[in-house]
Amino acid sequence: MTMTKHTLSVLVENKPGVLARVAGLFSRRGFNIESLAVGPTEHPDISRMTIVVGVDELPLEQVTKQLNKLVNVIKIVELEPTTAVQRELLLVKVRADATVRSQVLETVQLFRAKVVDVSPEALTIEATGTGDKLDALLRMLEPYGLREMVQSGMVAIGRGARSITATAAR
Amino acid sequence: MTSAPSRQAPVPGATPPRPGPPPKPAPPGGAPVRVTGSASLVRSLEAVGCEVVFGIPGGTIMPAYDALLDSTTLRHVLVRHEQGAGHAATGYAQATGKVGVCMATSGPGATNLVTPLADAYMDSVPVVAITGQQSRALIGTDAFQEADICGITMPITKHNVLVTDPAEIPRAIAEAFHIASTGRPGPVLVDIPKDVLQETTSFSWPPELRLPGYRPTTRPHGKQVREAAKLITAAHRPVLYVGGGIIKSGATAELLELAELTGIPVVTTLMARGAFPDSHPQHLGMPGMHGTVAAVAAMQKSDLLIALGTRFDDRVTGQLSSFAPDAQVVHADIDPAEISKNRRADVPIVGDCKEILGDLIAAVKSEREHTETADIARWVTETSGWRESYPLGYDWPSDGALAPQYVIERIGQITGPEAIYTAGVGQHQMWAAQFIKYERPSSWINSGGLGTMGFAVPAAMGAKFGSPDKVVWAIDGDGCFQMTNQELATCAIEGAPIKVAVINNGNLGMVRQWQNLFYAERYSHTDLGTHKHRIPDFKMLAEALGCAGLRCESKEDVDATIQQAMEINDRPVVIDFVVGKDAQVWPMVAAGTGNDQIMAARGIRPLFDEDV
Repeated sequence: MTMTKHTLSVLVENKPGVLARVAGLFSRRGFNIESLAVGPTEHPDISRMTIVVGVDELPLEQVTKQLNKLVNVIKIVELEPTTAVQRELLLVKVRADATVRSQVLETVQLFRAKVVDVSPEALTIEATGTGDKLDALLRMLEPYGLREMVQSGMVAIGRGARSITATAAR
Repeated sequence: MTSAPSRQAPVPGATPPRPGPPPKPAPPGGAPVRVTGSASLVRSLEAVGCEVVFGIPGGTIMPAYDALLDSTTLRHVLVRHEQGAGHAATGYAQATGKVGVCMATSGPGATNLVTPLADAYMDSVPVVAITGQQSRALIGTDAFQEADICGITMPITKHNVLVTDPAEIPRAIAEAFHIASTGRPGPVLVDIPKDVLQETTSFSWPPELRLPGYRPTTRPHGKQVREAAKLITAAHRPVLYVGGGIIKSGATAELLELAELTGIPVVTTLMARGAFPDSHPQHLGMPGMHGTVAAVAAMQKSDLLIALGTRFDDRVTGQLSSFAPDAQVVHADIDPAEISKNRRADVPIVGDCKEILGDLIAAVKSEREHTETADIARWVTETSGWRESYPLGYDWPSDGALAPQYVIERIGQITGPEAIYTAGVGQHQMWAAQFIKYERPSSWINSGGLGTMGFAVPAAMGAKFGSPDKVVWAIDGDGCFQMTNQELATCAIEGAPIKVAVINNGNLGMVRQWQNLFYAERYSHTDLGTHKHRIPDFKMLAEALGCAGLRCESKEDVDATIQQAMEINDRPVVIDFVVGKDAQVWPMVAAGTGNDQIMAARGIRPLFDEDV
């Protein structure tokens, strides 16, 4: 069975425990979360979760229906990759002494990433992009030695002028 | 610096208790009044229409209990165990259609509500649980009797909330009742820290509900209803597959009208017994693992299942892949997540069953005006034939013991359809579903989804408080009865003269039946010793709990004993019916097999292929 990745934007009430409700629902219904990011929106009462879930079409329908049953969930929109901007944030500490630093910096420029910290032994690089782009960057940096890395969940927003939060805030 | 009084240190006597009479109830919609959080809670419960609260006080909920003492309209029933409070709230709700309310203290009081909340969640029963919680400053410190009951009950409640501001109490209660009773009903827990109950706050009613994410759909989509009407008019082998949602939405009259308009055979699930009269000629009985051969066969051979307020539970469908293989499905339910969860619906209809049926009746009438209605006479004959060929029945034990089915059948016949019957879980529950004839909704109350042993006695107590004028029978097993019989003390003291029939076969009967059928008759730990040692002596136990205790061990005494119980109305009655241990529940579809494999009785496999 092939599993497809789906990106769900979930608008929730900004209340304590809502993340636990959503995460708990996924685990007890046997749905697998690939990535989860939560943050504020332009409305103080509403938070937005971007959840990437690997399921087929029919279980996906169950995911959204079950999510909709949570009283604190206001709205769920599936964002198609072709009509949405998707971004992840990567911070990675790469071993880079004077002998290889210029090569590493070249890779950083190539990926339009940037250096946010430097020390004699290592560079810390910040990069944003789709998962594919960040994977490619990591493949390029790997030969130098990855000392530590941290990556955010994906956030996504639909293209065009329409807003999914406009009606939810009423 | 010295003249300013400290903001922290309370000045003794600075805020003396107000003189005069206790505060009057707030006028409806009136200006806010100053009260404590606990008074606000009690006033909110009064304002929302709550009449009975089942509960037990304890440390953190004590302020609420203090305020309860001043209420003139709330009846509090002091139970013996919080599980009893929860099931009583469920029984009350199932009998009346109102929201059942239970109350407990923090920690163990709250965790004792877990089973009844899970039970109410599975059976979609409107229950509101109010729990005390440790004071806000102590939350998260492993304080005495602290348990994260919101975290614990998250997966088994429709919603729950920790109230951290006393001003929010009226809204929390109003929202809890609204959520519990609307859409697909379910339990809601409101957890209130002790200091929130103690703090002074303002109370006004009604509060504004703020539930932006809660909008249940009640009005069905017209196009879907018309699609359903087309399928219904064209089907040759349709079945009305009726679930508990019909009772919850109060749609039994509409169901009867649609059934009689179309002549379509009806099956009623375990949760829907009583939704359609058992005496009705179109009724084929209960489907599922221990359903009638006619009901199971009709669904298997059907070309259209009209599923109303039901959820294709595994105990109904058996092996899903071979369930009703030729049937198209119209699935009407108020919970969109139930539709196409287990079985794909060809026509999904989201809405309240009462509204759906009202629209569907009109749509079927209009469809019939311009389309020829398929002839279902042959199908009706066929399904009725199965009902005649494979009626529910039982054999008398060869060792001369009393047949449990006979006892339950006679209780139903002598008491009649106006009574309310509750059951625990196991063989006696299935026999009570099979051999008592239900003619009206809310006359059968059981634990269907969770299968909670010990449900019968507290649920009967709750039902009796909700319907004091009705005879309430708890049909219980000797295993179940030993889990919750302490609530008989509550019944005796608080004035709930229920009648309990302990179908005492000395064993955990349903487990024993499976051991007999599927575990090579290896009876591992199912003999409770109730027969061998007569421990406990249920007659004496009943008397010790303030009830009348009766015992019946032979067929000749059954009617007289039931009659005797019917005449005792000043206290609860318990009858110890000592029955044979080898009786089994039939028909049966073995777990994991398809419904085509139904066995009408041991070794008897119906052959319905002869006419098809």
